[in-house]
Amino acid sequence: MRIEARENISLTMKTLSPVMAVGVAMAVCSMLLIWADASPLEGWMLMLKGALGSKFAVTETLTRATPLIFTGLAAAVAFRAKLWNIGGEGQLYIGAVVATWLGAGSLELPSYFMIPYLFIAGALAGGLLLLIPTLLKTKLQVDEVVTTLLLNFIVLLFVNWLVFGPWKDPMAMGWPQAAPVVDSALLPQLLARTRLHLGFILALASAVGVWWFMRATTWGFEIRAVGASPKASRFAGMPVNAAIVRTALLSGGLAAMAGVSELCGVKEYLTLDLSPGFGYSGIVVAMLAALHPLGVVASSIFVAVIYIGADSMSRAINISNYIADVITAVSLLAVLVSMFLAKYRIRWR
Amino acid sequence: MDIANFLLETGFWMATIRMATPLLFGTLGELICERAGVLNLGIEGIMAAGCMAGWTWVYLGGDLWTGILFAAFVGGLFGLLHALFTVHLGLSQHVTGLGITMLASALSSFVFRMLLPTATTPPKIVPFKPFPIPLLSDIPFVGDILFNQSALTYLAFLAVIATGYALFRTPAGLALRMAGENPMAVEAQGLSVFSIRTSAVVIGSALMAVGGAFLTMSAFDAFYIGMVNGRGWICIALVVFSSWKPGKALLGCLFFAAFDAVQMRVQQQSGMAIPYQFYLMMPYVFSIMALIIMSRRAAYPKALLIPFRKGER
Repeated sequence: MRIEARENISLTMKTLSPVMAVGVAMAVCSMLLIWADASPLEGWMLMLKGALGSKFAVTETLTRATPLIFTGLAAAVAFRAKLWNIGGEGQLYIGAVVATWLGAGSLELPSYFMIPYLFIAGALAGGLLLLIPTLLKTKLQVDEVVTTLLLNFIVLLFVNWLVFGPWKDPMAMGWPQAAPVVDSALLPQLLARTRLHLGFILALASAVGVWWFMRATTWGFEIRAVGASPKASRFAGMPVNAAIVRTALLSGGLAAMAGVSELCGVKEYLTLDLSPGFGYSGIVVAMLAALHPLGVVASSIFVAVIYIGADSMSRAINISNYIADVITAVSLLAVLVSMFLAKYRIRWR
Repeated sequence: MDIANFLLETGFWMATIRMATPLLFGTLGELICERAGVLNLGIEGIMAAGCMAGWTWVYLGGDLWTGILFAAFVGGLFGLLHALFTVHLGLSQHVTGLGITMLASALSSFVFRMLLPTATTPPKIVPFKPFPIPLLSDIPFVGDILFNQSALTYLAFLAVIATGYALFRTPAGLALRMAGENPMAVEAQGLSVFSIRTSAVVIGSALMAVGGAFLTMSAFDAFYIGMVNGRGWICIALVVFSSWKPGKALLGCLFFAAFDAVQMRVQQQSGMAIPYQFYLMMPYVFSIMALIIMSRRAAYPKALLIPFRKGER
């Protein structure tokens, strides 16, 4: 077996490769459906109907896509600079913690000050959290994959302590949750009688903003250059470590905004189930989008369709909704292979 | 609260050895992969798959030892997938590993839920019993600690010796380490880097899965979703801490387990002075500190993370 680089990669191939990957993922998961005595066709139809079959279903899917856009952007920006930030989950929660701290009654501001204030404060906290493993990486060469992963567990235990301990809301009938954020901190609904909130618009704006930043600014260029080749960037006189630190602040901030958005847009109070792994799904989202900020929007919606669809399918037929996790994991692996096949051809000898 | 007091208790030391067991399997497995030049971030999910596979085997009527073999087989399969992607295709070891972790954890949860859709309390199996070694277990104090453990624990200690011997005293071990340091040299010897790395990842992943199986088949008697709880990531930190040496890995795992056992005792004795969540954070904090302390001197295998392509320089 020999692997050769293709001379030119056509745009159709680039765009088709994630689609092919999703096809492979569906084929693999069809076997799981057959094993579970369900008809795959019926299963996929139920999923589609559950996620996109009505106006309400579509808004639910977009609501679910909102935090995924933020965490997907966080992973896309970091991975672009080869900063392996796997700590999106922890950064998300720290954003929600700060938003609860400032937004649950400690100060009163009108809505148009309160909401930006919470997002900025939360993002700052998320950026600072990622700064710890990043500085350990740049100063002491400590591998950031493991440190960001381990910080997730530490932050989650910290939140666990907050909602069972000092922040436990006495009005919550014993449930482990913090006091709700004040009314002026709540993100307004976009459509009446749905859960779709302003966070979705903010997420879209962030995607466009990140796209512009990475494409048109010097800092964005430096981030891409450092990711492509740190040696060459250093040789060209770029501040490599400064670029990595900037990446960390941006990436951690974006992940934390997912937490603020979920808190102020959906849950209204801090709990331990604020995020069912949005931080980790963000990695899948970013990879499916080939780390492109605008592609993140599309792949977030795709992943949201899978999760919302799987919930509704599992209610209709006897399939565990963990199938959604399997589909996204297989999609991630399949997209890696399909992007590889777009770039290289395999010669059998 | 007397630390000195429970250092003299057999129970404390037995717990230390017991808690070190899954870490030992995981750390050795990861060490073998990394020595051959492949980072295996699939460890967390492969341990979960081992947990699930071993337990299910026994729950469905198999016996314990074939259950361990089955867990190792499942772990090896995930390892094979990881090797196919990272060794043969040369894909990113970071992202592939995370993908393997996601896939293995998701499949374990899915299969568990499909087998037992309505179980609210997880059903139990009859796990491994302590297996006192005749004569040796009669030695006072030390006998109970070292020779009155589960058979899997002895296996973990044997695995340390076997791994050390195989890596540093056999031609195959030399080839494996060379694949992680200088793959071109391996190829120049007429050996295949691909098959060496693939075998290393498969064997390493099988060991990780046995570590997972220890959790459901010896430490506890039931499967819970999310029960690996970061142990895999801790093992990756322990590999760095061990400088990729099996003997030091044993020391690291024992230290780590001892710290964990200490914090559990202190937690019980100190009442509620410090909230229990902060004790639970300790293993993760220790791992980060271990990484910081060792990273200065860390001599990573030189070809770690670098895919090998035939004929390329």
